[in-house]
Amino acid sequence: MLKVSPSPHIHGKESTRKLMLNVVIALIPALIVSVFYYGIGAIIVTAVSVLSCLLFEFLIQKYVLRKPISITDGSALVTGILLAFNLPSNIPVHIIVIGSFVAIVIAKMTFGGLGNNPFNPALVGRVFMLISFPVHMTTWPVPKGLGTGYLDAVTGATPLAILKGGLARGQSMSEIVGQLPTPAQMFLGNIGGSMGEVAAIALLIGFVWLLYKKVITWHIPVSVIGSIAIFTGILWLVNPEKNADPLFHILAGGVLLGAIYMATDYVTSPMVPKAMLLYGCGIGIITVVIRVYGAYPEGVSFAILIMNAFVPLMNAYIKPKRFGKEVKHG
Amino acid sequence: MLKTFPTGGVHPPENKLTAGIPIEYLPVPEKVVIPMSQHIGAPANPLVAKGDNVKIGQLIAEGKGFVSANIHSPVSGKVSKIDTAADSSGLKQPAVFIDVEGDEWVEGIDRGKELVMDIKLSSEEIIKKCFESGIVGMGGATFPSHIKLNIPSGKKCDVLIINGVECEPYLTSDHRLMLEKGEEILVGVSILMKALKVEKAMIGIENNKPDAISHLTTLAASFAGISVHPLKVKYPQGAEKQLVKALVKREVPSGRLPIDVGTVVHNAGTAFAVYEAVQKNKPLIERVVTVSGKSLQKPGNYMVRIGTPLSWLLEAAGGIPADTGKIINGGPMMGKAVSNTDAPVVKGMSGIILIPASEAFREVISPCIRCAKCVSVCPLHLEPYLLMTLTEKGMFERAEAEKITDCMECGSCSYTCPAGRPLLDYIRLGKSTVIRLARQKVL
Repeated sequence: MLKVSPSPHIHGKESTRKLMLNVVIALIPALIVSVFYYGIGAIIVTAVSVLSCLLFEFLIQKYVLRKPISITDGSALVTGILLAFNLPSNIPVHIIVIGSFVAIVIAKMTFGGLGNNPFNPALVGRVFMLISFPVHMTTWPVPKGLGTGYLDAVTGATPLAILKGGLARGQSMSEIVGQLPTPAQMFLGNIGGSMGEVAAIALLIGFVWLLYKKVITWHIPVSVIGSIAIFTGILWLVNPEKNADPLFHILAGGVLLGAIYMATDYVTSPMVPKAMLLYGCGIGIITVVIRVYGAYPEGVSFAILIMNAFVPLMNAYIKPKRFGKEVKHG
Repeated sequence: MLKTFPTGGVHPPENKLTAGIPIEYLPVPEKVVIPMSQHIGAPANPLVAKGDNVKIGQLIAEGKGFVSANIHSPVSGKVSKIDTAADSSGLKQPAVFIDVEGDEWVEGIDRGKELVMDIKLSSEEIIKKCFESGIVGMGGATFPSHIKLNIPSGKKCDVLIINGVECEPYLTSDHRLMLEKGEEILVGVSILMKALKVEKAMIGIENNKPDAISHLTTLAASFAGISVHPLKVKYPQGAEKQLVKALVKREVPSGRLPIDVGTVVHNAGTAFAVYEAVQKNKPLIERVVTVSGKSLQKPGNYMVRIGTPLSWLLEAAGGIPADTGKIINGGPMMGKAVSNTDAPVVKGMSGIILIPASEAFREVISPCIRCAKCVSVCPLHLEPYLLMTLTEKGMFERAEAEKITDCMECGSCSYTCPAGRPLLDYIRLGKSTVIRLARQKVL
C-alpha cells in the first residue's frame, strides 16, 4: 500500500514542544542565579507556579473543554516559569496559585487555549496579583544568598523604587546614586527585585541561546531595549539631575526579562518583522512613560499588555513587502 | 557571500544519494505507453492509429493550439491501441500504446557521440526546431520551450538564465547531466542564446555541486558570453523568480513572467534536449530520471525512454523495497505522490523518490502558536498562516487581496510549521478557489 498526500512530503524537525523547551532551557541560567541569591524561596515559588499552571490547564481541558489534554506541549510550563520570574521570591503559596489561575484559566483557556489568547497569560496573572495583593507583590527580599529563608526573608526596595522614592522626595540624581546598586551588581543580579528579572547576564545568555536556536528573532528585544535606551538617554541628557542614565533603566526592573522572554511570546506578538519593531518600540516608550511620569516605579508588564492589544491591528495592516511588488512592469 | 534570494527559504536535508553515480542507459522495455499530455497546455493530437508501425523519433502526436507540444515515438514497433492510461497520480489521460519491435530509427537522426559545435540554424529555425522536436521544460514544469523563445513584441530579453540549481532534496539528474554532458549543455545554451538574440547567459548552480560548478566554469571559458554562478544552498533557490532575483537582482512582478524583467529561464536539462534536437536532429524521446531512496538497492540516474513503465524503471533500480511508504514523482518538497506504478515515464519526470514508511507520515496538527516561521520562510513574502485561516473561513476576497495566487506551492511553510499545520493544503484549496471565482467573475 502506497500513501498519497499533497506535497511537501517531508517535514522539518521543529515542533511546538521543542520551541517551548528551548525557552525553558534559556530561562535556566536566570533560575540558577535566582536560587543563588534568594535561596529556597526561588525554588518554592517556581515549583508552585509551574505545577499550578499545569494543573489548571489540565483541569480545564479535561473537565470544561473536554478536549485532548495538551499540557505536555510546554506552553503552560513556560507560562508557569515566567509568572514565577515576575514575582518576589518570598510571596505566599496561595497568592501564586491565584495568579496561576488567572494566568491559565482566565487569560488563556477562556480564549480557547494555546494560540488564541490576545494577552500574555503570565503578565495578566502578574498584573492581577499586583493590583490584588499590592503589599506582597512589592515587598522584595534582599539578596542574601543560598541560605535565605522563604517567607522570613529580609526585604528591601528595588532599584527602581529607590529611584522613584528619591525623586518623589525631591532628591537629585547625585544624591540618589549613592543608594542605588552599581551597574556591576545589577548586571550580576545582586539586587532586589522579582526573582527572575534581576540578573542581566543570565537573561542575556538565554537570549543568545534563543537566537542560536532560532526560537525568536532579534527584532522585538532589540527594539524594546533600543527604544528605552534612546528615550531615557534623551531625558538623561536634558536633565541628568532628575533622570537616571539609560544603562540603569535597562538593567533595573523587568526590561530584559520582558524584552527577551515576555514581549516575544509568539501568540501575543506580531507576525511581520516591521510590525515587531513597531511593537517593541511601543513597549519601550510606554515603559519609560510609566517609569518616569506614572505612579508605579516599573511599567514593563503594563507596556507589554498594552501593546498586546495592538497586535491584531498590526497583523491586519502591517504586511510584508510582497515579492515583486515594487518593480515597474516592463 | 554566495548569491541567493534575500529572504525566506528553508534547508531540508539534501539527501543527494545519487550525486556520485554516473548516468546509466537502460534498455528499452517491451511495451511503452505515451501519454498525449506530457506538457502544460492542450494535449497533443495522435497522428497514428492502431496497427501502425512506428520508428524511433517518428512524430506520433501533434501539438495543437498555442500552448502544446509535439510527441515522438521513443521506440520502434507497432501501435497496439489508442486509449486512456492512468498517469502516476491515477488520472486517466489519452495515450498511445506501442509494442516494441526492433530498433529502427527515423532517418536523419545523428546518433553519434561526437560533439557538434557549429550552430547552423538561424534564430527562427531554432525556435521552429524546438517546437518540432517536442522540447518542454525538463525541470518538471514542462512548459513548451519554443513559446519561451518567442519574445512577445514590445518586450526585450538581455540575459538568458540557465537553471542548474536542482534545489530539491534527492534529485541529481541535472547534476549528472552537467557533469557528463557539460559541453553539450553549453552548446545548447549557445543555441538558446542565438534563438533569443542575447549576448549573455548565466548558469546558476547550487553550491552543493562544486564538481559541476568547476567543470562547467572550465568549459564555459571557451564559450562566448556564458558564465557560471555558484548559489547558496537554500530551498527553493531553483524557483524561477528566486533564481532571477539571485542572479540579476530583478524581481519578477506578481503575476508576470521573467521576460517582463528582461530574462528568460531555461533548465540545464532543457539546454541538453535543445542541443540534441538542433545539432543531432533528435527529438525529445528520453530523459535522465533520478531513482533514489534510503532503502533502495540500486539508486541511480537512469537515462530512459519516455513511456517506460515506472515499475520497469523501479525493477532496474533493485525493486521497490519492502519498507516503502510513499513513492514521489519529483522531489519531496514539490513532487506528487505516485499511486500507480504502472504509469509511464513522462518528459517532466526528473526523479522517482521512495520514502520509507517510517518517514511517510503527516505531523499531528496542533494549534497555530503564531510563531511567524511560515511568514519568515515564504520566499514570496506571503503570510501562509493567514492564507490558511482565510481559506478555512471561506474569505476568498480577502485571500485574493493578500495575494494568495502569488503562491508557487514550494511547501516551505508546511515544511517549517512547528505545529504541523497543513498550510499548503489549505493555500492550494484557497488559490484554486480564488482562480475559479475570478474566472466566473464573482470576485
